[in-house]
Amino acid sequence: MFSYITPCVLLLSIAAYYLGTRRANSIAAASGGMKELHSLPTHYGVFTAICSAAPALIIFALWIFFEDKIISVLVTRSLPADLQQLSANELTLVLNEVKNIAYGGFGAGHSGEAVQAAAKTYNLLSEFASNLVAGLVIVACIVPGCIAYKKITKDLRARNIVETTGMAFLICCSGVAILTTLGIVLSVLFEAIRFFQSVPLTDFIFGLDWSPQTAMRVDQAGSSGAFGAVPVFAGTLLIAVIAMMVAIPIGLLSAIYLSEYASPTFRTWAKPILEILAGIPTVVYGFFAALTVAPLIRDLGSATGFTVSSESALAAGLVMGIMIIPFVSSLSDDVIHAVPQSMRDGSFGLGATHFETIRYVVIPAALPGIVGSILLAVSRAIGETMIVVMAAGLSANLSFNPLSAVTTVTVQIVTLLVGDQEFDSPKTLAAFALGLLLFVFTLLLNVIALRVVRKYREQYE
Amino acid sequence: MTNLLEPGPKLRRRYRAEKIFKRMGLSAIIASLCFVFFLFYTIISDGYSAFTQTYIEIEVSFNKDLFTDANISKADFPGLVKKSLLKMFPEVTKRQDKKLLYSLISPSAAYTMQELVEETPKLIGTTQKIWVLADDDVDMLIKGKYQRDVPESNRRLKDLQLKWIDRLTAEGMLEKKFNTTFFTSGDSREPELAGILGAAKGSLLTLLITLSLSFPIGVAAAVYLEEFAPANRWTDIIEVNINNLAAVPSIIFGLLGLAIFINFWGLPRSTPIVGGLVLTLMTLPTIIIAGRASLKSVPPSIREAALGIGASKMQTVTHHVLPLALPGMLTGTIIGMAQALGETAPLLMIGMVAFIVDVPGSFTDPSAVLPVQIYLWADSPERAFTEKTSAAIMILLAFLIAMNSLAVFLRKKFEIKW
Repeated sequence: MFSYITPCVLLLSIAAYYLGTRRANSIAAASGGMKELHSLPTHYGVFTAICSAAPALIIFALWIFFEDKIISVLVTRSLPADLQQLSANELTLVLNEVKNIAYGGFGAGHSGEAVQAAAKTYNLLSEFASNLVAGLVIVACIVPGCIAYKKITKDLRARNIVETTGMAFLICCSGVAILTTLGIVLSVLFEAIRFFQSVPLTDFIFGLDWSPQTAMRVDQAGSSGAFGAVPVFAGTLLIAVIAMMVAIPIGLLSAIYLSEYASPTFRTWAKPILEILAGIPTVVYGFFAALTVAPLIRDLGSATGFTVSSESALAAGLVMGIMIIPFVSSLSDDVIHAVPQSMRDGSFGLGATHFETIRYVVIPAALPGIVGSILLAVSRAIGETMIVVMAAGLSANLSFNPLSAVTTVTVQIVTLLVGDQEFDSPKTLAAFALGLLLFVFTLLLNVIALRVVRKYREQYE
Repeated sequence: MTNLLEPGPKLRRRYRAEKIFKRMGLSAIIASLCFVFFLFYTIISDGYSAFTQTYIEIEVSFNKDLFTDANISKADFPGLVKKSLLKMFPEVTKRQDKKLLYSLISPSAAYTMQELVEETPKLIGTTQKIWVLADDDVDMLIKGKYQRDVPESNRRLKDLQLKWIDRLTAEGMLEKKFNTTFFTSGDSREPELAGILGAAKGSLLTLLITLSLSFPIGVAAAVYLEEFAPANRWTDIIEVNINNLAAVPSIIFGLLGLAIFINFWGLPRSTPIVGGLVLTLMTLPTIIIAGRASLKSVPPSIREAALGIGASKMQTVTHHVLPLALPGMLTGTIIGMAQALGETAPLLMIGMVAFIVDVPGSFTDPSAVLPVQIYLWADSPERAFTEKTSAAIMILLAFLIAMNSLAVFLRKKFEIKW
């Protein structure tokens, strides 16, 4: 119902821009040329446009945010006294029913008259409110615009005002990054704290049993709910280790070959193809792991006499390793490139072969950067979700056998949170606790890695 | 005395080490290139067959006495299809065999009839030959994905059905045709009816939100940090923050979306608007980092010249620096969008995994996106969904390759060597 307000405000502010510019031009013409104005005419135009659009948009945003709450309160007040006495939960149910009827949904047949009446009130109120707000927004658009238009004189410091506003916008935008981090920390932390109120922290970190299915009813059997996260961590670690065992040798060797041995033509061909691996969506890798690699490994295992689970850690780890190769290789490539040529020349001058130069000069010089890139790759492997969701298991086995099925932190988060949830059961809250640990752990890895890489780069610049 | 021209055993060992190492490097690269080709090969060889679909021609007589009711949709269309099938195979009389016969044809055949009749009511009273979709099992058999030589009890299609299919093929009443359903319909439980239009539209809506939020915010943040920010602790915090956010696992952004956008703000679940917001936060660091790099590459002389002839700092940036840096920023944005298009995990968290048949029409309609559709189909037990999954992956990859090539093209076209 509000779809016409934004274009309306946009049109009005464009009009304000033209009027403001025209007025500035005519003032300039009247007072003896453009040089008499403090700012350029377009500055006056933008000033008028900002004055007309900003208050309107603020009102509009506030309304969108509070609409539901205000109307709900008003509707609740209009309900008969016996309905108002209900507990908070029941009242929410009644309100939901009211809304359903108001939107013309189901439930219209067999609800009480009070509810039907409330639905009518709801409809009336929201219609009245939307008209009111539409009017308010238009007024808030025109009145400040007119005031700004009147205020335009040749001494008005329009450029300074416009630039300060622009600056404020820029600062706000760069603050979004901080807000995001804050949002992540707060949202995950609060739910995690609620989880740790029902499950002690020590049980969570040191417990050896993970079966998060809690009973819905008290008399239900077999699902007490155990939240010991050790098997989950062990599974994550196992898959990450397998992935790194694939990615580190292949990634490092290709980086060294590409930067030290490869001819320029080979490099221009091979590098983009390698980077394709980084651009393929993880869900594709997951499909590949689950439908191609896992059956392949299982058949290979049964042919050689091993029992391989069809959701083996090996399949998921292997494919994850392939996915990570380009991270290791392109980051290490950068660091190896940053090693000054003079160091290589010195080594060659002493009679070392190319391999010896790489082994004793280039790699030791690039080592901190390489370690940093490997740490970044590890944090990628730990946080990777889709490959393990599709190819790794669900049950938490405490096992370090790569042929068995293990589960990971991300798999557990997904299985606990996909589908219907109730937000006060430890089962869903456990996902946030796992998320908190995942966030803290990857953050630590990233901070260390970024610091190492940065420090190293400065060394040779 | 050792001869310098004849390498001694030690030197030979060193040379051998050199050669081995070089070969190891080369084989590492070849191994990763093989992975790329193997991946593409399996997906394309699995998925190309999904672009055709098996159709069966049936002869339907639209008897007038079927359409006594004025409302055409009340007529017994499933019965009509069954009758036509029985007429084609009069020898089928047993109840069980009839059931087998009916299962050759997709349940959608009745709707096809209904649409036909509603479109041209003149058909009533005539007899028409109509191509209808075959069942997915028939389709799989025709495409050679089912073996005929396994024992009957292990087969989805029984001997009788195989006989009928062979007869239909011989009579030219069973054909593979281009699969338009795949491109024009939403998800379905029946593989032969499932399409990607719904998911593609969902992806488009989600990306529109992401683009319209993350591009302006990302550019503004990059400009502030690179051009205006004073070197103090606050700026430092923001910088470290952005670098860290770029490496936070994407699933964490999903948790953020679930806790804040859905539970706290009360935005509707499974909708493009929430998905777009989450992906905006996820792609912002990429766009900011790329934007800063491209601002950095604008030489300081440009700024000095503008400032020197009296432009304000803001004018310098908006009139001179930003236009020069914009191609680089666009490239970064396209790469960020490609990343957002392929992202699945955070969208699972905000409920975009629901089974949704309708093609979404607005930002607040429940919808799926392409990668989530791939995930859902990959999880489906029907054999026929495997090729659909591969085909959907091919389409997703085609979009991604197109976006990345556009980014490369822009970079090549507007790159300025100072």
